[in-house]
Amino acid sequence: MAFPQPKPQAPQLPQHLLRTIDCQQGAVRAVRFNADGNYVLSCGSDKSLKLWSVSQGTFLKTYSGHGYEVLDADGSYDNSQICSCSSDKSVILWDVATGQVTRKLRGHAGKVNCVQFNEEATVILSGSIDGTVRCWDTRSRRFEPIQVLDEARDSISSLKVAQHELLTGSVDGRVRRYDLRMGQLHVDFVNSPITCVCFSQDGQCTLSSSLDSTVRLLDKSTGEMLGEFTGHKMKGYKLDCCLSSKDTHVLSCSEDGFVYCWDLVEVCSPLCFKVLNTRLINTFSSESCLFPPGVFVLKAASGKSGCPVPGLPPLRDLPPHSHGGAGSGVGGGA
Amino acid sequence: MARDDDGDEDFVTFGTALEPLEDDEPLRKPIPLHEQTVKDEKGRYQRFHGAFTGGFSAGYFNTVGSKEGWTPSTFVSSRQQKADKHHARPEDFMDEEDFGEHGIAPRQITTSLEFSSSRRDEAAERAKAVGAQAALIPGDTLLEELISPAKSSIGVELLRRMGWREGQGVGPRVKRKPRRQQQAEGGTKAYGCMLPPAGSEDSEDEYEEFAPDNVTFAPKDVTPVDFSPRLGVQGLGYRGLDPGLALLGRGADEHIDLFRPQSESRSRLFGDARSSVRRGGVAGQAFGVGALEDDDEDVYHRDSMSRYDTVLGGEEPGDGLFGWTAPQQYTKKKDKSKDASYLGKILEGFTLAQNPPEEKVIFPPPALPSNYRPVHRFRPQVDVSRLSGVSPALAQALKTSRGHMIKEDPQQEGRHQLDSGQRRTMLGEDALKGPSSVMDLLRPEDRQRLLNLRNSTNPTTCTPVSTDKSQVAKQDLLVGVAPPPSGLQQQQKVLAAWRGSNASTQTFKPFEKTPSKQARYDLYLDRLRQGDTDALEQSLDQTMTEWERSREREEFVRASVLYRPSSSSLSSRFTSAKHKEDEDSVEVNRDEEGDVDDKQNAVKMKMFGKLTRETFEWHPDKLLCKRFNVPDPHPGSGVVGLPKVKRDKFSVFNFLSVMESREMAAPPKPPESGKKSRWDVSQQETKGTSEDPQSAAQTQPETKSDHSSDPGLPASSSRGTSAASRTQEKLADLQSSEKKTAGDEEEQQEEDEEQEEEESRPSMDLFKAIFASSSDEKSSSSSEESNDEEDRKDKEEGKTDLQPANLFTITTSSVTTSSVTTSSVTTSSVTASSVTTSSVTTSSVTTSSVTTSSAITSNSHTGAASYQKSAQEELEFGPKLPPPSTPADRGGAAQICSQSREEFSRKKEKKHKSRKQNKHKKDKKKKKCKKHKHKQEKKSKKDESDSSEDMDKDDDDDDQVSTAELLKRLKNIQSHRTR
Repeated sequence: MAFPQPKPQAPQLPQHLLRTIDCQQGAVRAVRFNADGNYVLSCGSDKSLKLWSVSQGTFLKTYSGHGYEVLDADGSYDNSQICSCSSDKSVILWDVATGQVTRKLRGHAGKVNCVQFNEEATVILSGSIDGTVRCWDTRSRRFEPIQVLDEARDSISSLKVAQHELLTGSVDGRVRRYDLRMGQLHVDFVNSPITCVCFSQDGQCTLSSSLDSTVRLLDKSTGEMLGEFTGHKMKGYKLDCCLSSKDTHVLSCSEDGFVYCWDLVEVCSPLCFKVLNTRLINTFSSESCLFPPGVFVLKAASGKSGCPVPGLPPLRDLPPHSHGGAGSGVGGGA
Repeated sequence: MARDDDGDEDFVTFGTALEPLEDDEPLRKPIPLHEQTVKDEKGRYQRFHGAFTGGFSAGYFNTVGSKEGWTPSTFVSSRQQKADKHHARPEDFMDEEDFGEHGIAPRQITTSLEFSSSRRDEAAERAKAVGAQAALIPGDTLLEELISPAKSSIGVELLRRMGWREGQGVGPRVKRKPRRQQQAEGGTKAYGCMLPPAGSEDSEDEYEEFAPDNVTFAPKDVTPVDFSPRLGVQGLGYRGLDPGLALLGRGADEHIDLFRPQSESRSRLFGDARSSVRRGGVAGQAFGVGALEDDDEDVYHRDSMSRYDTVLGGEEPGDGLFGWTAPQQYTKKKDKSKDASYLGKILEGFTLAQNPPEEKVIFPPPALPSNYRPVHRFRPQVDVSRLSGVSPALAQALKTSRGHMIKEDPQQEGRHQLDSGQRRTMLGEDALKGPSSVMDLLRPEDRQRLLNLRNSTNPTTCTPVSTDKSQVAKQDLLVGVAPPPSGLQQQQKVLAAWRGSNASTQTFKPFEKTPSKQARYDLYLDRLRQGDTDALEQSLDQTMTEWERSREREEFVRASVLYRPSSSSLSSRFTSAKHKEDEDSVEVNRDEEGDVDDKQNAVKMKMFGKLTRETFEWHPDKLLCKRFNVPDPHPGSGVVGLPKVKRDKFSVFNFLSVMESREMAAPPKPPESGKKSRWDVSQQETKGTSEDPQSAAQTQPETKSDHSSDPGLPASSSRGTSAASRTQEKLADLQSSEKKTAGDEEEQQEEDEEQEEEESRPSMDLFKAIFASSSDEKSSSSSEESNDEEDRKDKEEGKTDLQPANLFTITTSSVTTSSVTTSSVTTSSVTASSVTTSSVTTSSVTTSSVTTSSAITSNSHTGAASYQKSAQEELEFGPKLPPPSTPADRGGAAQICSQSREEFSRKKEKKHKSRKQNKHKKDKKKKKCKKHKHKQEKKSKKDESDSSEDMDKDDDDDDQVSTAELLKRLKNIQSHRTR
């Protein structure tokens, strides 16, 4: 079991806010970096998907075509295509340059929570509230998915693809890992609706956050728990979590508007930092390639109310917000 | 310049020189397409009107379609000037270009093919002559003939130059001599397509005899073969009725030779008129005699056969030989090509074959042996004495005189004489339930009438159908197509047919278009099934008018008669399909997910890993693998997704979450030793110290379920069987017996606790009783064995966990029942009986969740801590080698005893299974077989922990396993494999 080597220098947390982009698209449901970290996609609740430049913070393009709020997006490895999913039950494949809809994939019975390209952008994988993951072929003109993974008993809340593995988190409290090479399905029971799953950068562990306000680091091969990260608040909304670029830190959104940050090895009290002017951070993404180790850019977006975890009613109502717009910050520290 | 001129003189120039380019002239642009115009020779623009609508220059000076476009000549008539009859010719509508050399109607005289050739085409000439009549100058042909070209075609010219002359053949000059010789040899012999020797040739040949040797002759000119196409539809050589012949009335008295009318017709054509008695007019058999006819001798004409050829080809060869048989002729007759001399006989269009077809050798059929019989008979298998109503004497007689009394004894005959019923009896099949013949489907009076009819025509024939009175009556009832007037009677019959039948009506909905009507009809059927006598009246809508109601009543009755439950008449004539649309089974994932409660507990205790991890076999789509650049992990499997199995559709157990450990389905994992990480140390420590009783409690059911989840596996205890046997008994004494057996079994264990548990949760037994009794086959099968089991049970006591006591042959809901049995099973090895309750998660059963949790908590207090600890340790440190299956304190003798016993019972079980199994079960079991092995290991592991706990000294050493134990384990595995 390969674990990241302990860092010689103390890992540093982001301390400075680099940029704030006012997306002007209502609540931001998701922000996603592209493959090389130069661009950012923001999924708005106003049915639009916007592309931003990270370095300048300039607005580049709007992709409109969804019928309802956009819930997730992903860029292909070559930056030529974007896939996005929406509450209108559809998955759209966009051409980045023209902003045209290359393909609109329908088939999900409910709103689509998460979408991912595979490594070569030959397959789009989308997880939906209907409990299925559908594998869409981008190479052919078929409108039917290649395969429908309907093992989940409840809504699919999160989905990640790494090489030949597919990791899904479901509201039925299970993290499923489909190993295409082995032809196996590994199910890890967490007993709490999963909000977000991701692989560690070294591919040995999986990180899953669940609604019991816990982020768990599980061994991929055995399913053993390697770490448990608590302290934040995640009770009723679908909030994101991730690992930092060198697997040194675990980050998670929290319902109190902070982003919590734990050291991976020394599981002690989390460090947290508040994103400006936000009440609830429901999404962020960290980018590893562009920035030197120890520094990670955090993209956090906020909305009036976060996306409730699909399949569950919003457990509690947050007080109404003073500002209707959304602010998102890019924080970084050196 | 002079120089230049000189230079010019030296060279030869070809073509026209380009105009010299001027310096300041701008480069010429290519003319755009729209400016490229076509002009005719007069400088007029030509418009292209389309290839099929006029080409260039359509209409009068390209005016078609324009404002002053072409208009037809107007009709003008006045008193003074009558409109003359105008005959429009094609030329009137042509432009003058069309009359040009390359137009469609050239007026100029050009050298055409006709002129270039020396041969003149007669037809063309005639056509030209006809055309000349209409031409401007009548008799145009004269002029043409005058100007007929002097030059001949180039081919002729060349030939002439080579010395050819008209009338000669083409080719090298030949000597006559060799030809002559050849002719002498061959005589009149001719081959193939060679033309018959003409008289002129003969004369020439004669002439030739005087030719000197050194003179060569040109070859003879060959007249080409006339390949005139056949136009009619008649056969070759036949020519139909010649109108000229018929009109002249000459045909009648001639010999009719349908195949060679040529000679006559030809001569007629060339005008050598014969003396004809008849005048013109159509005459003959069909036309009678006209008024102008003076001779009517042929009115009643009778055709005589003498006028027809009776032999194909005529009776005489027309060569004048007339039977002359000279010696040479004889010798030549042996030649196959002898007929070639009679070339006159060969039909027009045919030539003699060079090689006559080989005669087909027809071999005579082999001589049949004297005892040959044309029909093969198998030796009669059927005992004649089996025939009912045949006296032994007769049977004997039949036996001896086989073949003589075929009719009376069809069974003695081949299968062709048997009818379906007889074949059925021979094969031992069950009789079809429906009517045995069409006669049964008839109404009785119709049948009677038919029989009467038959009897009247054939009084001697006995009527087998009418004899069976009871059957007639029965069919009467079944068929129900009663005499039409008696509506009430009909209803009664329908009622009789439908009563008690639980056949599904989903298959047929006669009034599907009107849902309300269909609903009423369904209601009616329901009432019929219940035996309601006035079902019809009740099911009808009272708000409808009387007329509507009466009509609907009729319809309903008719429909119910037509579509009776499937047990009756017609439907029984058909076998049901193998694969029905709505089956009673449903596809269920082969590997069910394990118990959630266990996992929940594991999560609570943060024992992630084996407890929470489940691994399934999963089949990705082929294309998906391709897209991911991954080889297909399961090549050749047509399955996509999780493998499925068929289960009972309406089984309750499909909705109960079945506890079945998934770990068994997973491929065996390597021992955990290699997996140790730095995290493990602390976890082990913490977990080792915190002896959470719940963890042990929840580990138990999982392993338990392993044992009993598979119906083909040895059950973990005999109590499962005893419980099953109890299902036969009343529910009332279930409790007491349960307690008793429990007390017997678990004397070492906490009896009071056990009973407490039983009292607190009797529901599982209740469930089991209900479910077991619902599938009576299973319970009956188990009851047989359970008696023995119970007898043995007391002796075996603690060893029951090894007992392959699962004797249930579970038919359909195999997994689910097993789960239930598991729930009730409390083995001696399992200390905490409440484990069973926790293991059973009845998601559909509402009460269970509450009771389960309570049971767990209560149990957690009372459970044997040490035992749980060991179990926990086992979980912590990974799988161990299979431990001795019997507790150590029992001793070797006990082990052997139990082993033999086990084998005995297993054999028994096997036997039992073979009796009860059907195919469906078999393949299910096969699937499970693999799993089973793992389970066995697992179980033994568990046992090891037990033993270690009992002895309090075993520190998980695998080396201490005795050899006998190893042997036994091996046997276990083998026995499972063979199964």
